[in-house]
Amino acid sequence: MTGAIYAEDLIPEVKPSAVITNGTRFENNRATRESTWVKYTVLTIGLAFFTLFLLVPLVAVFYEALRQGMDVYWEALIEPDAVAALKLTLLTAAISLPINLVFGVTAAWAIAKFDFRGKQILLTLIDLPFSISPVVVGLMYLLLFGSSSWLGRWFIDHDITIVFAVPGIVLATIFITFPFIARELIPLMQAQGREEEEAAVVLGAKGWQVFWYITLPNIKWGLLYGVILCNARAMGEFGAVSVVSGHIRGMTNTLPLHVEILYNEYQFSAAFAVASLLAILAVFTLVIKTAVEYQHEKKQGK
Amino acid sequence: MSIEVKKLNKKFGDFTALDDISLDFKPGELVALLGPSGCGKTTLLRIIAGLEQSDSGNVILEGEDASDTHVRERQVGFVFQHYALFKHMTVFDNIAFGLRMRPKKTRPTEKQIHEKVMSLLKLVQLDWLANRFPAQLSGGQRQRIALARALAVEPRVLLLDEPFGALDAKVRKELRRWLRKLHEELHVTSIFVTHDQEEALEVADRVVLMNQGRVEQVGTPEEVYNRPATPFVYSFLGSVNLFNGRTEQNRILIGENSFQHEHSLDAGADVFAFARPHEIKIVTDMNADGLAAKVDRILSFGSSNRVELDDLKTGQLYEVSVTTEELAALQLKPGQQVRLTPAHLEVFQSAD
Repeated sequence: MTGAIYAEDLIPEVKPSAVITNGTRFENNRATRESTWVKYTVLTIGLAFFTLFLLVPLVAVFYEALRQGMDVYWEALIEPDAVAALKLTLLTAAISLPINLVFGVTAAWAIAKFDFRGKQILLTLIDLPFSISPVVVGLMYLLLFGSSSWLGRWFIDHDITIVFAVPGIVLATIFITFPFIARELIPLMQAQGREEEEAAVVLGAKGWQVFWYITLPNIKWGLLYGVILCNARAMGEFGAVSVVSGHIRGMTNTLPLHVEILYNEYQFSAAFAVASLLAILAVFTLVIKTAVEYQHEKKQGK
Repeated sequence: MSIEVKKLNKKFGDFTALDDISLDFKPGELVALLGPSGCGKTTLLRIIAGLEQSDSGNVILEGEDASDTHVRERQVGFVFQHYALFKHMTVFDNIAFGLRMRPKKTRPTEKQIHEKVMSLLKLVQLDWLANRFPAQLSGGQRQRIALARALAVEPRVLLLDEPFGALDAKVRKELRRWLRKLHEELHVTSIFVTHDQEEALEVADRVVLMNQGRVEQVGTPEEVYNRPATPFVYSFLGSVNLFNGRTEQNRILIGENSFQHEHSLDAGADVFAFARPHEIKIVTDMNADGLAAKVDRILSFGSSNRVELDDLKTGQLYEVSVTTEELAALQLKPGQQVRLTPAHLEVFQSAD
């Protein structure tokens, strides 16, 4: 090989961090900037809306919860039924998450990487839980596994209880949350195409190696994001779970259901206390989500 | 390694990508598959690699039918048009990937891998980039890393899909020369796909010209350029002037003008004829033989001078290249009427 010098090697390295994203450049450019009043009007409307409809209710929950003092608040949380509800909620999320993880990745993989008959139908069906009212979902499971159907009777005959028990709650939650991960991954995987995977195969990688070393790292952040959203929904689901749970205290009550019961019994402080617990879980999830996004951006900017 | 493809056919729905393709590639050869987009060249390359399945026909690698061999086992190196570097891995890990994916029994130790990767990086002259990520590289550097990655597994065949397609003109030219040199050093049978005739003619030992899923001509760059076998090759390679006309005894009639041309066709046959810009002479004497045309523009920069002319009757554009001395002697002015006589003319009988 000759020691020729290539002009392009002399060009300083490309620093992606120096590349300004389109948004900021647009805003910083005087020629393309909107006038000040437009900017502040839009900002004010947005912030006012956010405060009125999101922030005030959230603060109200904590305010109501703590109005009768820390002791009452704490008692409502350590009360056995509340603890049982919290445990059930976490258990439900813990079961439905891995199942949806596997399903989501498989479905996204199938849709993004293969051409097959009925692809469009599968794509539409994945969205089904988004379009059906959760109450209807609950009813569907009630009809399918309740004592009025032959399937339900078969389970009852074999001493397996599904409705008004933990399995029913988990099933309903899985149904409700199943689009989150798949929906997050499909556009991502479609945009990425097959080239990197083809390259890996040509280099001699086996199927699982391609998935583990090439596909997974590429979808990692989207997957994490989907899991977080899925988890948030799994813990907060009310409608579908309400129908199949049977509201048995300390047994089949999840946190959202427990809140409703307390409220209906005029135990406002306790209701708000438990509600605040749910809110904390949700905020915590969002904080993780933001941290994930931040990490992702930092990584991309590297 | 020798590669042979036999009677390959491939359709995508109603579109015929490959129509009964049979080709032979000799060991150590550097061959260009050249043709307009949609001519099937990339499909052919992908079928040889095993990334695509042909509807019928065989791919024979080193005398062995590889049609049913998995891509993994074909031992081909493939360089993708958009490089397909693994974004989340450093340059080093990208190149090491193929070696690390080997089964334990045949996998080299990390130390051996390190040596191999570094020597490849030296080969592509980018050893100082080992710890960078693909996003931090320029297009040409990415291309060279993609090549190093493909070479790491010591492929028996190197297949390159539009290797310089996404690069700017200057880098293209550098890399072209570099690829040629690299090939002389490694002598791996290589096939590359391109739509750029200059690239194919400059780099390849042999050029396969493809059009609409068929092979039009196979030959050395010199052969295909100087002796095009079909009208397609004529019009695809280099600039060319096209004349539509009819044969007369020892003459060709184009419009109202005719000129001397020995041909073996019957008189009165409809023909079309090609002449390269440097094969046409400009005559200022309007009483001479030849096509009547009007000078439109004279472009003179660099070593070649180009004269663009319009046919007086039809307005068709002709392109003639002349040497600086000729241009000085002719003293052409825009708007001037001249005669054109082809010194060399390739005549094809019209199909109908």
